[in-house]
Amino acid sequence: MDFQFSEEQRMFERSLREFLAAELPTERIRGLWDSERGRSDALWRSLAELGVLSVLVPESDGGLGLDERDFVLLAETCGYAALPEPLVDSALLSAPLLAAVGGEVAQRWLPALLAGEVRVAVATPLDLLVADADGAAAVLLAGGSAGDDDGELRLLVAPPADALHRQDSVDPSRRLFSRTPLGGGDLIAEGDTVRQLWARALNRGALGAAAQQLGAAARVLEYSVAYASERKQFGRAIGSFQAVRNQLADVAVALEFARPVVYRAADSLARGVATAARDVSHAWLAAGEAARMAARHGIQSHGAIGYTWELDLQIWLKRIWATDALWGGRAWHSERLETAVFSPDVALGAGHTFDEGT
Amino acid sequence: MNLSYSDCQHTFRAEARDWLASAVPATPLPSFDTKEGFAAHREWERCLHEGRWGTVTWPESYGGRGADLIEWLIFEEEYYRAGAPGRVNQNGIFLLGPTLMEHGTQAQRQRFLPPMAAGDTIWAQGWSEPNAGSDMAAIRCTAERHGDRYIINGQKTWSTRATFADWLFGLFRTEAGSERHRGLSFLLVPLDTPGITVRPVRQLNGLPGFAEVFFDDAECSADNLLGEEGGGWSVAMATAGFERGLMLRSPARYQEAARRLVSLYLAQRPAVDRDPSVRGAVLAAWMRAEAYTLATYATASRLLSGGHIGSESSTNKIFWSELDLELHSTAMSILGERAELQSTAVDCEAGGAWLEGFLFAQAGPIYAGTNEIQRNIIADRMLGLPRS
Ligand SMILES: Cc1cc2nc3c(=O)[nH]c(=O)nc-3n(C[C@H](O)[C@H](O)[C@H](O)COP(=O)(O)OP(=O)(O)OC[C@H]3O[C@@H](n4cnc5c(N)ncnc54)[C@H](O)[C@@H]3O)c2cc1C
Repeated sequence: MDFQFSEEQRMFERSLREFLAAELPTERIRGLWDSERGRSDALWRSLAELGVLSVLVPESDGGLGLDERDFVLLAETCGYAALPEPLVDSALLSAPLLAAVGGEVAQRWLPALLAGEVRVAVATPLDLLVADADGAAAVLLAGGSAGDDDGELRLLVAPPADALHRQDSVDPSRRLFSRTPLGGGDLIAEGDTVRQLWARALNRGALGAAAQQLGAAARVLEYSVAYASERKQFGRAIGSFQAVRNQLADVAVALEFARPVVYRAADSLARGVATAARDVSHAWLAAGEAARMAARHGIQSHGAIGYTWELDLQIWLKRIWATDALWGGRAWHSERLETAVFSPDVALGAGHTFDEGT
Repeated sequence: MNLSYSDCQHTFRAEARDWLASAVPATPLPSFDTKEGFAAHREWERCLHEGRWGTVTWPESYGGRGADLIEWLIFEEEYYRAGAPGRVNQNGIFLLGPTLMEHGTQAQRQRFLPPMAAGDTIWAQGWSEPNAGSDMAAIRCTAERHGDRYIINGQKTWSTRATFADWLFGLFRTEAGSERHRGLSFLLVPLDTPGITVRPVRQLNGLPGFAEVFFDDAECSADNLLGEEGGGWSVAMATAGFERGLMLRSPARYQEAARRLVSLYLAQRPAVDRDPSVRGAVLAAWMRAEAYTLATYATASRLLSGGHIGSESSTNKIFWSELDLELHSTAMSILGERAELQSTAVDCEAGGAWLEGFLFAQAGPIYAGTNEIQRNIIADRMLGLPRS
């Protein structure tokens, strides 16, 4: 029993953090908002070079052969940096899905994806919208155009321009498209294996969202602490007023107790324990709660400047609000958790936290 | 990261479980805030000690098992699962014990630890005074040095278990005219010393769970000074660190309460679902109990690899006390009309345990440093905000 990350995992996190701190200042994010594609191929290739896209791909397929425990801190870091690129989804879903399908499809797409030469978007069975379908060389689709058949995995190569219906998000970093017009494609796998792949992919997506929420919440807290330490009213720093301090302290507490829940969900997925789905939903809900609180108290502690386009705080607020509905949304995760907790055959209570893996 | 137990840890759990299964009293003991309940709980401490399960984290030389923090968590899980009695000597074993091991002389450890472990000396804490609550450095109770003795005068208050306890540890002003944190000393005082008057104070449930302690020229041997004379504040902070940090409220307590809450809710469905907020509150209680457990395992792992307890002391204190309140408030709303019923009422649920827990939960955000004080500490030390 050891609830800590290894030195290697921390080093990987540090290198990504330092890279993003250097390469992705907020001016660059704003620059991307104003660009036509909203994405940077150079940035994407550099991220691929760091190995971030390859974490969950087996070594035999050219990946690093690691698992969710190795990725969760990286996802948190992407949230902290408000990275616009769809890195987390590509690393957690596109790449491992292609690797799992194997054969010619994997041979054709995986090396290019891992090298950062192409992007492959994902349209899950859950979602109304597809992120980053425009810059994608191919889209992995659940089922056909209906989008709700989780027993099929299709690959739509070069989505035609007339099937790309852009829908604008509150978060200018997000590039969303309608799911329905994205149909067809080649059937690359089907049946129960695909159902299992999707189930795992959805859990990974939710884990990635939860981890990004942690990172974004931590960043909002940092901004707020810095601002409250500097801004003066009534002749003193506003961060010396207890009402302001308490709100920020509450965010710190919420984050402290959301983090281990998210890390445990990573472990449950990696080990494939029986409670993995429950643990992921718990993580998604706990991280969302902490992030919503960070956003609310964060904007409040800034006063009117927090309500402006100009202040960079908005980059994280909007990411938090948008992410709060992704990968199932609150109702879906609450329901899943409920099924697990309110079931008569589930052992609850002391001593059941770490039931052994399958 | 490795979130599974080792074979040794499984064996440890199994041993604890077996022993508890045969030793835990079949019927709950009366409250330790009654005379007979206090005696019964003292007996239980003796029984734990004989089984070597009373002080698992203590070194073997003092009757413990030298258990590490993960094993301690495992033991607590089994303890709460078995529905074992509350620990009447919590102040001694979990707070003073570790402080003595860190700051006591060899002679003091030899003198105080064995009877503490055996349940022969039950301890009360004496920090608070009528004018020193949150502002503990305002302590005025004096202990004047006369050769090898101190003469104590003044008053302590809200001293948990002091009504029936044998000894009290606390902070006293040993340097006349000293201010704030300076000039305070950590003394260990037998409560049957002439000149000491203990006046029980009834708590919300009507029982004398704490007491006022009056000192009127009460003598205390200088051998009972823990740490340096005048250096009591830092010794006390070490104790408070243990208290808020990990040992005061192990997660198992809330996990078992959350489990009972889920059963209570399931048993009262569908009627209780007419209030749609209840379902979410029950789930939230389960989630938080689980989060507290996970966070505690994470802290324990960190401490085991050489880290020190830091801001967790404060974040934990806030989290468990608010969780306890939410948990019991939710139970009260599920119980509806029966929520107010005392254990003596025929229609009361679970022997009145929810009501008792609800009342006690009101105190959680107050004792061991109020939650407002904890938020101040977080703002100052964890976030580095300007001081208020
Ligand atoms: C069940 C129980 C058991 C206890 N057991 C013991 C014991 O064994 N030994 C012992 O010594 N004491 C014990 N106490 C006392 C406890 O430590 C004090 O109650 C606590 O420190 C608060 O002090 P106070 O009651 O004087 O409240 P006050 O300090 O007067 O506080 C009243 C209110 O004002 C707020 N407040 C005060 N200062 C500030 C500030 N700077 N910023 C913001 N808000 C502030 C507090 O948070 C609180 O809400 C116990 C208390 C309870 C309820």
